[in-house]
Amino acid sequence: MILLFLALFFKVINPENVRSTATVITKNMAVFFVPAAVGLMAYIEIVSHNFLAIIVGIAISTILTIVTVALVQERMEKRGKKGDTVHE
Amino acid sequence: MNELLEQLKPLFSGEVFLLTLVMGSFLLGVFLYKRTQITLLQPLLITMLIIIPFLKITGIEYHTFYEKTNILNFMLGPSVVALGYVLYEQIENVKGNVISILTSVFVGSVVGIVSVVLIAKAFGADRLLMASLAPKSVTTPIAISLAEKDGGAPALTAAFVVICGLFGGLVGPIILRRLGIKSKIAKGLAMGSSSHALGTARAMEMGALEGAISGLAIGIMGIMTALLIPFAEWLF
Repeated sequence: MILLFLALFFKVINPENVRSTATVITKNMAVFFVPAAVGLMAYIEIVSHNFLAIIVGIAISTILTIVTVALVQERMEKRGKKGDTVHE
Repeated sequence: MNELLEQLKPLFSGEVFLLTLVMGSFLLGVFLYKRTQITLLQPLLITMLIIIPFLKITGIEYHTFYEKTNILNFMLGPSVVALGYVLYEQIENVKGNVISILTSVFVGSVVGIVSVVLIAKAFGADRLLMASLAPKSVTTPIAISLAEKDGGAPALTAAFVVICGLFGGLVGPIILRRLGIKSKIAKGLAMGSSSHALGTARAMEMGALEGAISGLAIGIMGIMTALLIPFAEWLF
């Protein structure tokens, strides 16, 4: 992923050549997860056994991630504005 | 009935049949999702709801299914590479904010991994579960390959990623409003780094810039998490 990005960035590859393939693949990426996701049936026991840990863990951690990312970005942007490096 | 199933089993467990079934279910899922616009009706979820009962009824082992549909699993790799193009497309939006974006996503990534692992541990989760939970905020192809590497179960991770995306997409906009966040970049970053593609779908509804930044956040979050996961093992 990083190599492709760098190759495009430094104009090693013409973006036009990858656009259609890359767009189709990334837009429908979810279909490639099917084999792994169906594997959930093999883990039903673990999931039902740890149901609370999973749900509470994911919920709280997701909220914390949203809050920290938003606050850090907004703070840093404001500070940057004083030095007028940021435009909106 | 059972005899009939027994006779049809070789057909049902064939490569062509299973791949067609997966593709068909997925297309049905895409169609339903586009028609109804209900966030919960993810094509992947719908496909799971069709395939799992089908395998149970026909008695086909998961192991067989996995082998027969391995081509899809193989395509995960190239699809992660293709994300590089998405990143390239959005690079224009970032100029002038590179440092703040990298910092906030890095902090978010640390907080996300540490909190989910510690909470799971407090509930008495075992190592397999913690390793599967750690990459939950990343887009599925990256999350799955990370889970594989750090001793988690890719199937569990795939499910956790979907749960995380659904939840974040649902509560994200509410939290951002409560916090009084004004910066469009901050909103997009928060959605994308916490809830990957599902968060990005919601960020798109807020606006084009939020959506683009959110898409970018998926990529950065993927890289940051890939770098951080090896250290997460100290927490297990």
